[in-house]
Amino acid sequence: MGCSTALHLAQGGMRVALIDRGPLCREASGVNAGTLTMHMTRAALIPYAMRAWQMWMDAEKWLGMGVLATHVPGLTLAFTEAECELVELRAKARREYGAPIEVISPQRAREIEPGVHSGLMKAGYCEIDGFASAYLTGRAFHHALLGANVTVLENAPVQAIDTGDAGHRIQFTVAGQRQTMAARRVVLAGGVWIENMLAWLGVSIPIKVLINQLIVTERIRPVMRSVLSVANGLLSLKQFANGTVLIGGGWQGDGDRERGGREARPENLIGNMRLAAYAVPALAEARIARIWLGLEAETADAMPIIGDVPGIPDAFVVGSAHSGYTSGPFMGRIIAQHILGQTPDLPLFDPARLVGLPIPSV
Amino acid sequence: MNDSPGNMVDLLVIGAGPAGVAAALGAKESGLTVLLVDENPDAGGQVYRALPAGFARSPGASVSKEARLGDQLRESLKRAGIECCFGHKVWNVGSSLRVDLVGPQGVSTWQPRALLVATGTTERVVPFTGWTTPGVIGLAAATLLLKSQNILPGRRTVVAGAGPLLLAVANAILKAGGEVAALVDLASRSEWLRTLPSLVGRPDLMWDGMSWQARLRWAGVPIYYRHGVRSVTQLDSGGLGVRVGQVDGVGLPLQGAEFDIEADTLTIGHGLVPGTDVSRLLRARHRYVPQQGGWVAEADEGGRTSVPGLYVAGDGAGIAGAAAAGLQGKLVALSCALDLGFVKEEQIKSERTALRQQWRKSARFGKAMAGLMALRGGAVAGIEPGTIVCRCEDVTRAEIDAAAREGARDMNQLKAWTRCGMGPCQGRTCGDVAGALLAQHVGPREDVGYFTGRAPLRPISLAEVAGDYTYADIPIPKAAPL
Repeated sequence: MGCSTALHLAQGGMRVALIDRGPLCREASGVNAGTLTMHMTRAALIPYAMRAWQMWMDAEKWLGMGVLATHVPGLTLAFTEAECELVELRAKARREYGAPIEVISPQRAREIEPGVHSGLMKAGYCEIDGFASAYLTGRAFHHALLGANVTVLENAPVQAIDTGDAGHRIQFTVAGQRQTMAARRVVLAGGVWIENMLAWLGVSIPIKVLINQLIVTERIRPVMRSVLSVANGLLSLKQFANGTVLIGGGWQGDGDRERGGREARPENLIGNMRLAAYAVPALAEARIARIWLGLEAETADAMPIIGDVPGIPDAFVVGSAHSGYTSGPFMGRIIAQHILGQTPDLPLFDPARLVGLPIPSV
Repeated sequence: MNDSPGNMVDLLVIGAGPAGVAAALGAKESGLTVLLVDENPDAGGQVYRALPAGFARSPGASVSKEARLGDQLRESLKRAGIECCFGHKVWNVGSSLRVDLVGPQGVSTWQPRALLVATGTTERVVPFTGWTTPGVIGLAAATLLLKSQNILPGRRTVVAGAGPLLLAVANAILKAGGEVAALVDLASRSEWLRTLPSLVGRPDLMWDGMSWQARLRWAGVPIYYRHGVRSVTQLDSGGLGVRVGQVDGVGLPLQGAEFDIEADTLTIGHGLVPGTDVSRLLRARHRYVPQQGGWVAEADEGGRTSVPGLYVAGDGAGIAGAAAAGLQGKLVALSCALDLGFVKEEQIKSERTALRQQWRKSARFGKAMAGLMALRGGAVAGIEPGTIVCRCEDVTRAEIDAAAREGARDMNQLKAWTRCGMGPCQGRTCGDVAGALLAQHVGPREDVGYFTGRAPLRPISLAEVAGDYTYADIPIPKAAPL
């Protein structure tokens, strides 16, 4: 979202510097499952996700470099009576926000996805679905940002922001050397770290950190051709053109905001793999090539933070969206529109609503 | 899945080569409960490799020194009654040192108090045009064929690369009745001569070296020092055309005469790289020591890494050779026994001092050989743009250079931008060379780092992990927010 914001601001005529404590898109946006689905996006974010979906599909046009965004249909699978109800409920909630999701019979679902388990009882179906290769995100944005004359400072952790009448003074280090940059405006776009970044400005908004496990297989024969999820949203499954299958869905590993993702929980790996191999039985033959962790943020009301930092002039925040990768480019665009004095294409999500609000205990 | 707390053990050793076996024996002697794990069917590692199941030497067959030592090592393991999991792969290690295995009976889990990683090395091949052609194999792979089953890599073989395996493989081929078309060595004759002082006190090795040289001369094998393989092409005859040319002291191809050697096999290797998969997975601190093979886990003389409870020994901790590995294994067993409270400092002091002295002495030769096998910058610089570097993902040098020019500054960024190292080998094959290529754009080798260690340490099938289950057995967490 930071990259998209910077790019849209530069295209709007501003001089922009983008500072990242590491390389671009290496904490969440470059390591997530790349799912571009309406099934798992929060219902109220469907309008945002649908616009962002189109941006991802058109990435080559506005980034000059693609992320292998691929348009395939998406299915949400129900294997029990309870899951059938859940599929109906979730589809209805999303339809109300404009997602073209219908609930279909197992026969029809198997026409769309022949590889699915024979015990399927019902499926939610959405024609607008797909995936990207998330690991290419950093490279594509790097290319676009340099082309738009954005100053990109990587491996430059910010230590503090001093805010006064003269604007903001950003203090950061590059190769251990302290540097300072003056800026009229500042945008905080640090995902799960927005909590820490807001603290630089004396604002407190608690943000929950999810440590999502991801699993990718070796290249195998084509075994599926859609994006699959299960009724409760805890599976995402797709096969890329190169034959690898990515298994995700938000099964939790160990880690925290300070250390990032530390390690996978074997019992959750086993659960996630069982679910994947149940949904598409042919996956049992696949071998796991790599397991890693990606961070995802969740606010107290599970909605993103997009808008003005409360009480601090010319400071803005964008991020902490659940399924943030799907909607990211569009959310960057609307905060940029707001900063540029334009009317955003869709409403922002005022950070003030969350100040001091505790995270509901799980 | 067996994850009962019954699988507790004081020390779990990964790798049943000389270091791992010596450590297991030493630890058991000090009273520790020990589990020894190896993916091979029996102990011995690469150097003291066991014959495959069902194979036996014919009566009266000559037995090499290594085979004899290997038999002794396996015998002593049995005598000591060490619990062994052979044919088991370690696919995951947790920060609590929990070890997940997969074997013929499925997955199992162990919780040791101390974990020793003695996983040896991976062979390095500096890519050249045609190196992925069938008929081109590693020197270590050729050793494995010859040693375990007396199989020749080919009828007529070019032996090329760097380090002591060159002579060993060429000799083993001759001994097994094969033909060596040529020996092509990146090193000069004087580089070899400079290693001679390290042989003082090791007349056995001196003798090996001399007899190997004599056998090559007797067989009339042409030896090309300071030469490298430029390319390999498949000939219409089905054989290989191996193009050879001169190189300088850092392995950079020199302009001038090149010539072709026809053969049906090329065995080639440019040294060994320490296996750091486990220590990288556990985020131990590492340092780059080219003379010991590359990145190695930081460790003290007792094998203690920066991760409490995690120890390293043998060539995987920095290349020093098989003899030194055994001594280092014993030293690490002493540190484990001491750290876990099985012995007191004063009980092991004199033994430790003696072992350290022996280790330093025997490591001298191993380190001299490791020096010959160190990655040569010129050889990396000379890789052609179109040559594949990451053979899992078909990433060429030109693609690595392009990513570096676009702004990729470290190995993990390079991986994301090009897929280099994303395949099933997790960069074990290409990481060392890809790092050197990236460093040519970025600066010091240390600055580009290494691929982050990731599970599974070996590919494992979903069926193996998932086991037998029904839908009701899947512990599906509660639904995400609507």
